[in-house]
Amino acid sequence: MSRPMELRVDPVACSGHGLCAQLLPELIVLDEWGYPVLASRPVPGSLLGEARRAVSFCPALALRLQRVPGDLQR
Amino acid sequence: MTGPAAPPLTGRITGPDSMTPRQAAAQPRDPVTATLHPATLPVRVMPAAGGRLLLPVPAAALRDHLARFGPPPFRGAPGRLTGEIGEAGLTGRGGAAFPVHRKLAAVARAGRRPRAIAAGASRAPVVVANAAEGEPGSRKDLALLAHAPHLVLDGLQLAGEAVGATTAILYLAREPATGEWLRAQLAERAFAGLDPLQVSLASAPARFLASQESALASRLSAGPALPRYAARGIYERGVDERPTLVLNAETLAHVALIARFGPSWFRTAGTAAEPGTMLCTVLHGRTAVVTEAALGTPLRDLVNMREAQAVLAGGYHGGWIPARAAAGLRLSNASLRPAGASAGAGVLAALPEDRCGVAETARVTRYLAAESAGQCGPCLNGLPRIAGALATLAAPRAADHVLADVIRWAGLVEGRGACHHPDGTARFVRSALRAFAAEFRLHQHGRCSAPSREPFLPVPPPAAAPATEQDWI
Repeated sequence: MSRPMELRVDPVACSGHGLCAQLLPELIVLDEWGYPVLASRPVPGSLLGEARRAVSFCPALALRLQRVPGDLQR
Repeated sequence: MTGPAAPPLTGRITGPDSMTPRQAAAQPRDPVTATLHPATLPVRVMPAAGGRLLLPVPAAALRDHLARFGPPPFRGAPGRLTGEIGEAGLTGRGGAAFPVHRKLAAVARAGRRPRAIAAGASRAPVVVANAAEGEPGSRKDLALLAHAPHLVLDGLQLAGEAVGATTAILYLAREPATGEWLRAQLAERAFAGLDPLQVSLASAPARFLASQESALASRLSAGPALPRYAARGIYERGVDERPTLVLNAETLAHVALIARFGPSWFRTAGTAAEPGTMLCTVLHGRTAVVTEAALGTPLRDLVNMREAQAVLAGGYHGGWIPARAAAGLRLSNASLRPAGASAGAGVLAALPEDRCGVAETARVTRYLAAESAGQCGPCLNGLPRIAGALATLAAPRAADHVLADVIRWAGLVEGRGACHHPDGTARFVRSALRAFAAEFRLHQHGRCSAPSREPFLPVPPPAAAPATEQDWI
């Protein structure tokens, strides 16, 4: 089985539009300054579709869906 | 051959933001806005028994170094030294304590991997000695480069061979005296035919984050020294998109010794989990003392615990430990991390009883907030708020809700930046809330128990805070 998928945000690119939290409230909430806080767990299969949608709608192209990375990539 | 003399070990910044001791003394004594410019702290090098890098007689000149150690023992091919470094258990001495052999292996592997590249572009690795030392309290790399520069330069060549590098760079804090002197050392080495790789010098802006790896890679790719967020680490895509090995200057000096004396020798000092020695900068009164200690050395042997209320271990991304607890701890991450601190890059300070831990924390946090690159929302928003709340408390002004704000904001910034600046700042602030809990309670009621308002920890003046990208070049 392949490694699970997780959401990551490029914090430099993110400018706090907040769309992702509207599209995927199960995994993303906004902090008090409007920036996304991502759930630390992998994206469950049932939410993969919504997660892909949130990624493609991000105006800053800051949200990513990727495999949980290996060791030196952190 | 005569060249410039070894640079004086006082200060580091000679730009417009440097101050004479008299100017520094004339600064306002508000506990939070007062600055104690690092450039005003005299540096004293104190070789210790069992030292390996800082020996009682410096080998600053090449002939002394060669008489003592001989030429760098090259292995003849990439990869051969990596296993020995792994057996030695050497970890990075720049603060993160990452296993060095894993970096070596990753960069060498990335250099071998074929990739479609523009015609003429190189994929061969770059090796960088990182001596930018952005931490205001740290002077160990500066001291090492003055005391034993050829260990660092040997290490740079040996690490370069280990990863198959074709480019070598020495990344330095902007100090003309040190730069000029190192240039002379490099010229002597070239004359002696020691170095397969020609070393170029690059200067770092006087910013806390300038020595952060991705900021360094950006700066050495002709960009600003700003941390970058990237899917791939710089070990794969760093300076000019090439696989890049960045090792702290001290780490390279250890590499030079392990290459000569072997892993078992290296392990005769330190602990089984954290072998070897490390350089420390102990902030003592108005002096920075650079010394060398085996990992696992009791803290009480390094800092003056008498009349201390708390010990700062690991610098401004490290943590405060109450003196009573610190007396039983050791210089190792195994001992310090459970206490909320770290060995970091070896900056240690014992806060005297007569100073205010809240004010010191507020002052340093204000500096750290100003040193945010301002690129990531949580850091850009959170750090100034944390700093502002701490300044209110430090004044001291009665405020009972702000402590809860500080705790919440510390949680909100953590793990959400392109670099670890917000994490380190949150760790530092949290440790203060624990170590100075009683004093914080007093401050919430508008009182302060400290008789002295003199600033203790060195913090550069806020005028140096970055405003544009130009400030990072």
